[in-house]
Amino acid sequence: MKLVTGAVGLAVILLLAPHRSYGQGGRGAVPGNQALPTGKPGAPFDPTGYWVSLITNNWRFRMVPPAKGDYAGIPISMAGKKLADAWDPAQDEATGNQCKHYGAASIMYQPTRLHIAWQDDTTLRVDTDAGTQTRIFQFGKAPATAGKRTWQGNSVAVWEARRANNPEPPARYLKVTTNNMLPGYLRKNGVPYGENAVLTEYYDLFQERDGTTMMFVTAVVQDPVYLEQRYIVISHFRKEPDGSKWDPTPCSARW
Amino acid sequence: MRTLCAAAIAIVVAGYVGLAQVNNEVPEGVELTGNWVSRNGTEFNTNLHRAYDFLGMPLNDAAKAWALSHSEEQASEPERQCAFYTSTYFPFGFAPLPMWKETELRTGSTVAWVVGGWLDVVPMVIWMDGRPHPSTYAPHSSAGFTTGAWENDVLTTYTTHMIANLLHRRGPHSDLATMTLRFSRHADILSLTGRIEDPVYLAEPLYVSREWQLSSVPVNRAAVPCTVAYEGVREGVVPHYLPGQNPFVEETTRLWGIPLEAVQGGAETMYPEYRKKIKDKYVRPEKCVANASELAAGGCGGPGRLAPVIN
Repeated sequence: MKLVTGAVGLAVILLLAPHRSYGQGGRGAVPGNQALPTGKPGAPFDPTGYWVSLITNNWRFRMVPPAKGDYAGIPISMAGKKLADAWDPAQDEATGNQCKHYGAASIMYQPTRLHIAWQDDTTLRVDTDAGTQTRIFQFGKAPATAGKRTWQGNSVAVWEARRANNPEPPARYLKVTTNNMLPGYLRKNGVPYGENAVLTEYYDLFQERDGTTMMFVTAVVQDPVYLEQRYIVISHFRKEPDGSKWDPTPCSARW
Repeated sequence: MRTLCAAAIAIVVAGYVGLAQVNNEVPEGVELTGNWVSRNGTEFNTNLHRAYDFLGMPLNDAAKAWALSHSEEQASEPERQCAFYTSTYFPFGFAPLPMWKETELRTGSTVAWVVGGWLDVVPMVIWMDGRPHPSTYAPHSSAGFTTGAWENDVLTTYTTHMIANLLHRRGPHSDLATMTLRFSRHADILSLTGRIEDPVYLAEPLYVSREWQLSSVPVNRAAVPCTVAYEGVREGVVPHYLPGQNPFVEETTRLWGIPLEAVQGGAETMYPEYRKKIKDKYVRPEKCVANASELAAGGCGGPGRLAPVIN
């Protein structure tokens, strides 16, 4: 009888014991991003190396400068349209603003190659050969709200969980929030974003069945002045074996 | 007594293992249930691309030849009116994307995720219960056969057994085409990305993507029943163009100044360096041109012209 009592006791203990569940995060899982290392030590995937953009959609807006007044696909506001209708690439050249279409809000959607490298444990550096631009992603810092505006602005990065209770190992993507940008163009034909625009990017890395490594960047641009709603696009990048095709080109207001 | 004791222990172990299986065998990932509406930042209808516009699509020569002979009137053939698009249409379509999961009632485990259909697309069932894909020579269908798995909290699906059909922008895909999709959620945004492979018509994999936003407004969850009606094409007739006789081949070049060699697609057109090849051939139109019906459907864009997001 003692054995039976013991067995039943064991049953109660086992059945009431916490199950470590992948699906529910498990009670041992780390909630959210708390206590998880950040920057390079916390990287859930390796974003470094050379990448090439694959332009398989919106080609005529990305590979060539489209016609003036072609705003299809962009939730442009009346204020934005007014500016875009006055687009003048010659004036941009005359005022030294050839890089208006190479700012953070649009550079990743361009036909370009990327070179991504850790500058230090909390700084990820992204170089583009299109327009020869450099973006700096800072981990562990609060977004800057002041300072000199630049084409690439201030970017704060975090490995963000997809849900409050992470599974083990933690499932995370790279989230980058950028502000303090100089006003620029979302599209080469002068569709504007303003200095109050905020760019939020989500970086996902996937391994294909044939071993190809792909990176998809979902970019969300919010601009209370020049956009009626969020502008969202996704860029595709395929990892390259080396930098042999790296081809830096200067900014161009016309091409 | 020993028998009783063994039975008690067996019940305990079985119960514990049973619970463990319920909770552990099928990782549930993140919640995708809901109605997702397309944000349409990516080309979504004929206003953003034209007939015989294969810009950036890695079509091979066989696909280019097929595409040039294809007439859109084929969709009006009585024999084809109810031949719905295949599952490759989802990442290109502008229709809402309702998603839900079917669960096993006793254990609550997920048997399948379902992506709802639309006017001309049948629902896509994503089997999550570990069943294998059918044999190579099993029957094909519009939906094909799709299995799924959670990878790093991203729902990754793999589709085979689709019938030969139209790919994006009226290019072809064969019945050997396969598709990998990834449903990657970022707060209220769903990034749908994927890769389509076809040994018959694609020189390289075609990477696709589309962005969606969670909506609280219910949307249609099933394809509308299809009935055949006369749409201008008689039974037994297959509209097509003989080589060199397609009158629409140069439409994209005429409208947007893009060289014909680029319009016809091919793997090289999707790489950044291709810009150098056409730089001196491209003629930027002075202004955006759209006819009345195109303007009504979004045309050149402009304030209020993007499909509204319903929250």
